[in-house]
Amino acid sequence: MSLIVDGVAKRFARFPALNGVSLSAEPGEFLALLGPSGSGKTTLLRVLAGLETPDSGKVLFEGEDFLALSARERRIGMVFQHYALFRHMTVARNIAFGLRARPARQRPPHRQIEETVERLLALVQLEGLGGRYPAQLSGGQQQRVALARALAIEPRMLLLDEPFGALDAKVRKELRQWLRRVHDETGVTTLFVTHDQEEAIDLADRVAILRNGLIEQIGTPEALEAAPASAFVFDFLGDSNRLPCRLQGDLAIFDGFAAPAVRGRDAGAGATTAWFRPHETSLGLGGAGLAVTISDILTRGSMIRVECRGSGGVLFEADYPRDALPTGLAPAVEARLAPRRVFVFAGEAPEATAAQASSC
Amino acid sequence: MRTSAPVRPSGPAWLLIAAALVWIALVIGLPLAAVFGEAFRKGAGAYVAALADPDALSAIKLTLEVAAIAVPLNALFGLAAAWAVAKFEFRGKTLLVSIIDIPFSMSPVISGLVWVLLFGANGWFGATLDGLGIRVIFNFTGILLATVLVTLPFVARELIPLMQEQGTDEESAAITLGAGGLRTFLQVTLPNVAWALLYGVLLCNARAMGEFGAVSVVSGHIRGLTNTMPLHVEVLYNDYDFVGAFAVATLLAGLALVTLAAKSALEWRFAGELAHGRR
Amino acid sequence: MSAASEPIAPAGPPLPTRPGLRAPIAASAAPSRRRGWREPSLLPGFAPAMAFTLLYLSLLVLLPLAALAARPWEHGWQGLWTTLASPRVLAALRLSFGLSFVAAGLNVVMGLVVAWALARYDFPGKRLADAAVDLPFALPTAVAGIALAAIYAPNGWVGALLAPAGIKVAYTPLGVLIALIAVGLPFIVRGVQPVLKDFDAEVEEAALTLGAGPLRRTWQLVLPALTPSLITGFSLAFARAVGEYGSVIFIAGNMPMRSEIAPLLIVIELEQFNYAGAASIGLVMLLLSFAVLITINLVQLAAARRGRR
Repeated sequence: MSLIVDGVAKRFARFPALNGVSLSAEPGEFLALLGPSGSGKTTLLRVLAGLETPDSGKVLFEGEDFLALSARERRIGMVFQHYALFRHMTVARNIAFGLRARPARQRPPHRQIEETVERLLALVQLEGLGGRYPAQLSGGQQQRVALARALAIEPRMLLLDEPFGALDAKVRKELRQWLRRVHDETGVTTLFVTHDQEEAIDLADRVAILRNGLIEQIGTPEALEAAPASAFVFDFLGDSNRLPCRLQGDLAIFDGFAAPAVRGRDAGAGATTAWFRPHETSLGLGGAGLAVTISDILTRGSMIRVECRGSGGVLFEADYPRDALPTGLAPAVEARLAPRRVFVFAGEAPEATAAQASSC
Repeated sequence: MRTSAPVRPSGPAWLLIAAALVWIALVIGLPLAAVFGEAFRKGAGAYVAALADPDALSAIKLTLEVAAIAVPLNALFGLAAAWAVAKFEFRGKTLLVSIIDIPFSMSPVISGLVWVLLFGANGWFGATLDGLGIRVIFNFTGILLATVLVTLPFVARELIPLMQEQGTDEESAAITLGAGGLRTFLQVTLPNVAWALLYGVLLCNARAMGEFGAVSVVSGHIRGLTNTMPLHVEVLYNDYDFVGAFAVATLLAGLALVTLAAKSALEWRFAGELAHGRR
Repeated sequence: MSAASEPIAPAGPPLPTRPGLRAPIAASAAPSRRRGWREPSLLPGFAPAMAFTLLYLSLLVLLPLAALAARPWEHGWQGLWTTLASPRVLAALRLSFGLSFVAAGLNVVMGLVVAWALARYDFPGKRLADAAVDLPFALPTAVAGIALAAIYAPNGWVGALLAPAGIKVAYTPLGVLIALIAVGLPFIVRGVQPVLKDFDAEVEEAALTLGAGPLRRTWQLVLPALTPSLITGFSLAFARAVGEYGSVIFIAGNMPMRSEIAPLLIVIELEQFNYAGAASIGLVMLLLSFAVLITINLVQLAAARRGRR
């Protein structure tokens, strides 16, 4: 085990940011901290970097008590959300900063620092830009300088705070693939914070989902997709529909139809809410199902999304591959909607959706 | 947000511009012209002679000495205050910043008066210090204290907003990269505010050398001893030595012009690195 | 590795997912720790920087202000009253505050004209004019003072032209007013100029597309946006004028009851070693200035709040 976080709590003057977070990371693992804003993910990252001191809890790294070390001593590579490049230093000086800052005895010779800078510039694909200043670079380039600077100190762990948050969509996608490659090349344990579930699932070996300063669930993207622990996780990982139902064994019973149910942890029998994804939602012109009216049909890349409304205006979404849209579906057409598979979770009182239920 | 770029004026706009230019000429240009005009009224010879006067030279020397101590002190204070205020969170910050601003809203005469109340013959500590043979009022120390008080906020006011805006990310980054406090300050923080510091020092210096009211109260106007340049201007003027008064005044006006030129150059070249441009 | 290095179960025991239930449990999980007067930070140097700042301010600002606040009471209320109620002091205070108000008001108008020209138009000599506006900040007051006296004295550059018409400027309250105007101009211009420059072009263009003429656009859109900066500029120019000494005394003539400003009275009291009297006038000036500044700030705050609603 490379990193162990145990029961870390941190309160700020006005609100609790972390309420006892525990997680661990394997050496070389690529871990995403995913959550909405205010969930405590950035605070957790800053605690690991030594930029915040937790009120309680333990952080062990390779068996060493990390909280006893100052930020300076931890040798953590931190990439800040807005990069925090030294604006009056050239790119090369930025990258070399951590090496030059070492005590004289541990400082590599001048030549070696230069070589390291060149090697890192090549790694982040910024050859020849060492003499530029940060303000002369694009956002994506600045992001890569920040990463090179963090890698220069041969960090024991790499922490990235919303690494692609400030970039436009196309650059973000490119950098994502590239970051994954850099991670695979360097093999350094990496944690990154994001609020973008697609980014987390795309990049990380495992994803930790935070909510209100607690880890709601942690697992591989596949595991989270297959067995979400709570409605929050299910909802956060993608678009979702929901409908009141009664749970009987492994079957969710609706008004005149039923669907197989995957039961979340401790989900009991009885009245509850069924959650299902648009791509596991079927629409037909007849047969069993919830009566809906199609309001819109949108093309999204290779998918077609059908938006429809139940009585009372509740929105449902169904996704079809582009060439597999059932014939006859068109705006204003009345149709029947049925999930092919649903998820039910513990502690989900049906009242939450009662208003919708009564109108169904 | 897009802002409207300045446009070529037309029609009635020329009237507005003319009014503005006439006003600037009247309120600012005319007095400046008067200083130089009066100084050379009796020719260059009289001008040079007035400046070569020993009392004038000792006033110049005293002014330089006072500024040479007051400006670095206030620059140091500005850096310390800005570091504490901009990079840390603590209670009472607003109060502290308001106190730093007080000298700006005090009459210069009051900034001199307070030192007389403390150290004058009838002041709180006057008798005690007199017993020790220490003179503050009508002396170099008094002039220095008055100057420091009047110019106290200049550097701090320039640095605080800029350092607040810059935040602590770069410093945090430096420390996670293994840099110590001193290195972080010298290599990261200081270069980021270097031009703003220079800007504040320029304004502080201009005021320190030109201060009249506060210094006038504590100086005693002893020629050749406690007369700074502005005080010497007053003494000569009251003696009806107009050429002498305006000759010394040209030096101070020259200082003001140089300061303005340097200030404009800084604003033009480093607008993004000064707090001033965004206030 | 010990048991502590076992993978820790994700998220511990499952909690009810309804936020209303979770919050109290979550809050009790964090130990309540008493916080000091400052947030912890990893940056070093707070203690020495703060200590130096406080020491410096205490010795150079607070201690002197304490002396100013304590001294007037030497002869009790009676002494303070005698000083302040004397007709000469009252006349000086009225002159200083009254003329400062008028000067700041005139500067609001002319400062707006200058700022408008500089912010909105390109014309030859603009850079020079722009830089010149700051001159009153940089020019020593004594220099401005003797220059104004030389210009407006009866035999001076402008004074000689006005004298035949019977207009006297120097050695009258009018002279004081002129000096106070010169001192205050940059406060207005520098306050308004950036706001005028940054004014959202789209707002004006929107008004244009809605058919508003140039006067209406200026009057109803731009001026209201400028008001806060005009008020701030006014109050700064006013505060500066009230305390102004150097540029006034040469042109004022300093005739008691007529053209004598309050700061000069402080100097006169000090020359007679009447420390309590000098401190009384100083304290009242300072308090009156603060009162005006605070009132203006409150008005501005109220206006801003109304604007937001």
